[in-house]
Amino acid sequence: MAVYTHSVTIEPEKCTGCTTCLRRCPVEAIRIRNDKAVINANQCIDCGECIRVCKHSAKRASYDRLDELDFSKHLIALPAPSLFGQFNHLDEADYVIQGLLDMGFSEVYEVAKAAEYVTDLTRIYINSPEAVKPVISSACPVVVRLIKLRFPTLCEQLVPIMPPYELAGKLAKEEALRKHPELSPEDVKTVFISPCPAKVSWAKSVMEGQTVYVDFITSMNDVYMELLSKMKGSEPGPEAAPEAGSVGLRWAMTSGEAASLMNEGYLTADGIDNVIKVLDDLESGMLGDIGFVELNACSPGCVGGVLAPSNGYVARLRLQTLQKTVVVKPNKLEDIDSMDSFGEGIPDEYTESEAFTYMPDGAPNMFKLMLAMKKADALAEKLPNKDCGACGSPTCKAFALDVVNGEADLSDCKVRSQMEG
Amino acid sequence: MNNEALHYHFDVDGASFANAGRASVETKKLLRQIGVSPDVIRRISVAMYEGEINMVIHAHGGDADVYITEDTILIQLKDVGPGIRNVEEAMKEGFSTAPENIRALGFGAGMGLPNMKRYSDDMHIDTKVGVGTTIELWYRLK
Repeated sequence: MAVYTHSVTIEPEKCTGCTTCLRRCPVEAIRIRNDKAVINANQCIDCGECIRVCKHSAKRASYDRLDELDFSKHLIALPAPSLFGQFNHLDEADYVIQGLLDMGFSEVYEVAKAAEYVTDLTRIYINSPEAVKPVISSACPVVVRLIKLRFPTLCEQLVPIMPPYELAGKLAKEEALRKHPELSPEDVKTVFISPCPAKVSWAKSVMEGQTVYVDFITSMNDVYMELLSKMKGSEPGPEAAPEAGSVGLRWAMTSGEAASLMNEGYLTADGIDNVIKVLDDLESGMLGDIGFVELNACSPGCVGGVLAPSNGYVARLRLQTLQKTVVVKPNKLEDIDSMDSFGEGIPDEYTESEAFTYMPDGAPNMFKLMLAMKKADALAEKLPNKDCGACGSPTCKAFALDVVNGEADLSDCKVRSQMEG
Repeated sequence: MNNEALHYHFDVDGASFANAGRASVETKKLLRQIGVSPDVIRRISVAMYEGEINMVIHAHGGDADVYITEDTILIQLKDVGPGIRNVEEAMKEGFSTAPENIRALGFGAGMGLPNMKRYSDDMHIDTKVGVGTTIELWYRLK
């Protein structure tokens, strides 16, 4: 299995060792060691919260840089639906697509278009006998990783269909090779323009031997600057006509995916803390009769991703306006000519490449863990329980466990020594 | 339970529904941390949640205690509420004494006790009218 590479790097010269990210990390994956933040890659879920809250810009998302792309290849841009919400007074999506072509991309394949196919596939899946209700969307990679790490019993409820950006990469490559028989598969590369770093980790962490259809993942921020200058004074040609409808665009906003299914009672939530709360309640089985659950780590959906330049709420407003200008009729599965029959459930080639299985952090040895917990509980009672974070652990409880595990020293608790002194 | 057990105590706040379920969520986190199997976690989580809700509806809250040893988990839910008049009747699916305002919230469907029994390996009810109720949910890990 591949080693998990999380997508946040810390710039030590900027990090002051303050406790902001430490206390805000929803999964307590951060510690301050030697006055610098350190992220535990096994626990990090790539939600981007630490990037968002850092006052010193000491956290950086890793992604493929625009100037490292080889534009002599047949590069296909895969713009996320949220990209179309980044521009003031944009009244037609054509301008964005033309801008991408002018930047040097050979083709553009809208992820929103693939999202419409995913909607169709999800509808088939929900009605199939193998679906465990409520079915949970697997489009947000943060939610998928969170469930795999911490909600073992919900794994089987995730929709086993590849996320829109992956499907877009697959379909774009197949289409390009059909249209250009002179190209070899190595010449055709897909570049996802992403609003979030979690998708970067996802692509880097898939298991060996698996096909990944997205070759490069760039930051929407980076593309935005370049794109904006190209868009000025350029008139879109016929090849820049958007192919996605309003259904696909709505995927950038919370509830867009769920509403497009049009057949089930659904629940949607966004913001990582809200997502965790809903998952906790779901696991207790107490949310009642729900067919579908859509959860997004960012609020108000992917438009609020940390790599998106605009305020997410403004971007949402713009998308709602733009939606009225695009076709309402979504792309249907029947239109993909490589797909003849899908009466018997979801064909393998559209299913999620990595199985959604519980992967706890390390192999659990109950006896050892219980012993450690017992010691930590006893120690925690002697701590100030102010959860100040000055020791470098997010809470006194976490600190006690760190001490027991030999990862911290009791003398690191300054409050305690002061109280005693 | 012997001294070797891990013990956790939770106050179940009977004042509002807002906090109902907190003890079962916290317990679930603990069990996951020490590597209890997902299946057992799910059953405990469902049964304990039902128990907590019952304590809020009928008894203004109470105490939840979790004891964990290497081979057994015991969830003890104790209240000083009205007690259960007829346990046999209360164990029937659909039987409920919850008032209308509680049912309007989606609770009180008469599945609490039956679900607690279904989602535990063993259940003991000790109840006395006017005194209170203690329910023990037992789980075997081996």
